[in-house]
Amino acid sequence: MLDWGYPGVLPTLNKGVVKAGIMAGLALHAEINPNMHFDRKNYFYPDNPKAYQITQSETPIAHDGWVEIEVDGKKKKIGIAEMHIEEDAGKNTHTGQYSYVDLNRQGTPLIEIVSKPDIASPDEAVAYLEALRQRIQFTGISDVKMEEGSMRVDTNISVRPYGAKEFGTKTEMKNINSFNYVRNALNFEQERHQKVLLAGGQIVQETRRYDEATKSTISMRTKEGSDDYRYFPEPDVPAVHVSDDWIAEITAEMPQMPGERRAHYVNDLGLTDYDAMVLTQTKEMSDFFEATVAEGADARKVANYLMNDVNSYLNTEHVDLPQTKLTPANLAGMIKLIDDGTISSKMAKKVFQGILQGEEPAEFAKKNGLVQLSDPAQLQPIVDEILANNPQSIEDFKNGKDRAVGFLVGQIMKQTKGTANPGVVNKLLMQALNAQ
Amino acid sequence: MAANLDREQVKHVAELAKLSFTDAELDKFVPQLEAIVELFDQLEEVDTTGVAPMTTATDEVNVMREDVAVKSSDELRQALLDNAPETENGLIKVPAILDGSED
Repeated sequence: MLDWGYPGVLPTLNKGVVKAGIMAGLALHAEINPNMHFDRKNYFYPDNPKAYQITQSETPIAHDGWVEIEVDGKKKKIGIAEMHIEEDAGKNTHTGQYSYVDLNRQGTPLIEIVSKPDIASPDEAVAYLEALRQRIQFTGISDVKMEEGSMRVDTNISVRPYGAKEFGTKTEMKNINSFNYVRNALNFEQERHQKVLLAGGQIVQETRRYDEATKSTISMRTKEGSDDYRYFPEPDVPAVHVSDDWIAEITAEMPQMPGERRAHYVNDLGLTDYDAMVLTQTKEMSDFFEATVAEGADARKVANYLMNDVNSYLNTEHVDLPQTKLTPANLAGMIKLIDDGTISSKMAKKVFQGILQGEEPAEFAKKNGLVQLSDPAQLQPIVDEILANNPQSIEDFKNGKDRAVGFLVGQIMKQTKGTANPGVVNKLLMQALNAQ
Repeated sequence: MAANLDREQVKHVAELAKLSFTDAELDKFVPQLEAIVELFDQLEEVDTTGVAPMTTATDEVNVMREDVAVKSSDELRQALLDNAPETENGLIKVPAILDGSED
């Protein structure tokens, strides 16, 4: 919905947004509001030509939720006051004496999540953002990427003397670009507040901007009195009733959250806590892991491949898993080829390069001669031939020189151009040597 | 409840609407606005105990569209931009503004 304030434009609520809001609410253990309406927040600014934003001030879609964080080994619940649906504004860029307004995203819906004042330090703030991002990412309603604007952060901070009940005066910082900047900005503000207050000064309620170059915050505008947005119920958008049935339907569709997945990986699939933690960092990785295991591959081997070979490939190429041609079926297929001895672990390195390019592993191995020779009937004559050509090694073996075995295996591998299955070769060789 | 608007309140409301009035205009508008507010004050006399606030004029609920993307066109985009006094590179060009964004 793009609304430039032309007469006759009627906004219509997108059902997907309400569903996304309910999913976010459920993911954050919040109460869903069964009856809600929208409100107008009135203000004049070029990013919103119709001079008001449609939002929810009286009846937010969800309220009273929480997420759990862990900082320095201590677990803590951070409360969510409320979550509401509202329209995005346009984007302004400023150069010299002109400003440029891009209204492409104006009117697109977003969900604003407001935390309770439970966060006690910059580190807790970042832990809260990480927990929030992870849970929302697992719902699938957003890719929650700060660099692409699908997650944005405004922070408020105040300080107070130890033991004081009343919060101090707060300052706000809007649209901070990354979690690291959030930490830096809050650290700076915390110190600034402390210095001002200890020197007997007063904090002015204002909006400040974080500047990474100087790692400091700069005053943008002072809020004189409280904001006067003259909210009133939005007459253009009819009320919404969320039925219990709809909530139940969405609850049934909700993807598992990271915590539940970790428990399943450790308890049922035999992974370590660490592995389970790494694999549930993103929904893509976790889904990929589960799909590969569902294809019949051993969970621990899948975990190893994803955490080592696959992750290092993603890091080197700077891509996300969904952008690659790797599929769960092909990764499972390759692991099965290793398990049944069709390919060696050395060959697997080459097959892995193939499946990264979307190749079917068995076909790729065959096409490139990466098939391990495991048939004893084919290997026996080679073993016999090598032994016949190396009588000295047989003597050495009889005299207890184990190194002779390594030499003979090497000869057999050379003869088969590295395709012989080392396990089978060892077995046949030892049988032959002991029979001498 | 009698309306009691002072000049400062009228100036404040004018500011919110990005209007500025001369003293002569304020002399005229303050009593006018006061009269309007007094008119609305009569509504306060109605007993609304137990009546839920009305948030919409329609009894319709759940009027929603499906979540389907609709492609726009370059022509529509241009038609919209043509209404702006000045544009540059597909953006609306305005005099420099301080950042007071509410997003």
